[in-house]
Amino acid sequence: MDFQTAVFYFLSTILVLASLRVITARNPVHAAMYLVLSFFTAGGIWMLLQAEFLAIALVLVYVGAVMVLFLFVVMMLDINIERLREGFWANLIPGLIVAGLMLMEMFAVLGAKYFSAEAVPAPEAAAAGYSNTKELGRLIYTEYVYPFELAAVVLLVGIIAAIALTMRKRKETKFQEPARQIAVRRQDRVRLVSMPAEKEQQSEA
Amino acid sequence: MEALLQPVQDLLGVAWVPVWTVVKIFLIILPLLGCVAYLTLAERKVIGWMQVRNGPNRVTFFGIKALGGLAQPIADGLKLLFKEIVLPSASSKALFILAPVLALAPSLAAWAVIPFSDGLVLADINAGLLYIMAITSMGVYGVIIAGWASNSKYAFLGSLRSAAQIVAYEIAMGFALVTVLMVSQSLNLSDIVKGQGQGMFADMGLSVLSWNWIPLFPMFVLYFIAGVAETNRSPFDVVEGESEIVAGHMIEYSGMAFALFFLAEYANMILISALTSIMFLGGWLSPVGFLPDGIWWLAAKTTFCLFFFLWLRATFPRYRYDQIMRLGWKVFIPVTIVWLVFIGGWMMSPLSIWK
Repeated sequence: MDFQTAVFYFLSTILVLASLRVITARNPVHAAMYLVLSFFTAGGIWMLLQAEFLAIALVLVYVGAVMVLFLFVVMMLDINIERLREGFWANLIPGLIVAGLMLMEMFAVLGAKYFSAEAVPAPEAAAAGYSNTKELGRLIYTEYVYPFELAAVVLLVGIIAAIALTMRKRKETKFQEPARQIAVRRQDRVRLVSMPAEKEQQSEA
Repeated sequence: MEALLQPVQDLLGVAWVPVWTVVKIFLIILPLLGCVAYLTLAERKVIGWMQVRNGPNRVTFFGIKALGGLAQPIADGLKLLFKEIVLPSASSKALFILAPVLALAPSLAAWAVIPFSDGLVLADINAGLLYIMAITSMGVYGVIIAGWASNSKYAFLGSLRSAAQIVAYEIAMGFALVTVLMVSQSLNLSDIVKGQGQGMFADMGLSVLSWNWIPLFPMFVLYFIAGVAETNRSPFDVVEGESEIVAGHMIEYSGMAFALFFLAEYANMILISALTSIMFLGGWLSPVGFLPDGIWWLAAKTTFCLFFFLWLRATFPRYRYDQIMRLGWKVFIPVTIVWLVFIGGWMMSPLSIWK
């Protein structure tokens, strides 16, 4: 077994165990942390495939941003773990059906002619100075520019929809306008009034 | 150097590469930790002088008066080492211990791709800039996990503040780095530095004028300010604002576990300063033609940036939380996007200086 294979099995073991813990961990925060671990390990496996851009993007996007917000939400939820455990047997049958379907689909795609070892031979070793990131960028912005733009538009629509759904203006909310705060002059706030001097203070009785 | 190491290399055979890599890692980490320790002293001294005080001046080596204060970081470290690490009884123990490690590890791991001089880098990878962005984005886990695992309201509020703040400023930082990679046309940090040494002014012997900080000036300022916010330093230190939530996520930590958070904060400061120097201030390049390039220039530029961190802390009052969010989302991100488009147009125009 060469070094690369050893690394692959090492990473895969961690990935499988971490993914199992994601669904078996009792505490949702622990489960989310195991999910982080499995993303990170998956990044390592992609790195073995010489897809360093995708691997680092996975860590950057999912570990660095998505899971942070996910944890953020999970931590603030007041989850009753006992209630979550109810209904295991009732949900078992539909769950098994979905799992079986997914397994069948994976077998159909991965086991058949498209992805077998004969259909997809190992790629040639990259030449020195080959940059995966550069190649990916070149392909995205030349050959696949329209699908890429389309994906970007879909994402943009998603962002706008998410903001539109969550934005609500309440009448009683108070906002500050920093521009106005900065523009404030003394005359706006302080009024100097000329008044006659007070009477002389009387001695304390 | 090569000839000297050759016999050792023959002796170790296959084990040479991992052993030599570990040696190189130690050669980076140990001086770095030394810098972190003395940065804490520098901070106290500089702020002291700015406030017309002396700062720490008592703890010396062997009682030599002239070295007053120089042993202070070592004394502080020893004190923290010998303190008990109190585990709150209702905390989530494993995560409570893991959190300081998660805070410190990314700030050290990022140094793997920092080029100290031409060719003097642990891992000269092509995706260096991406690696930096990915690794530094993981530092937030230490804070979030610490806040949650402590099972304390103060700690939790601190970690929520931190998570929101770091995610907000990371976007602006990322965009600032995108402009740098656009003009450098490379993700390799060594190439980014080398690219800054070319141009009209560099040929005239004034390399300082061809560094990225002039054409990308708004990005330079913005990257540094976002870096201050990322590291939770004053004036963006609402995460641990002592007048509001005591010490934020660190409130339940004692002894060395607390010290690790402290180390992580200072290691991050040094990292941000080094990155600013590499991306915008020409890294190891000498500012003028008649002086040689070298690692000392990077050290000098990093020190200069670090001084800014201390200066800011001594100067500005703390931001209010909604103002931090406003600055991040409504000011920094639009500015970065505008400048990104502007640089793109500039590069395509005949006036481009990056040919």
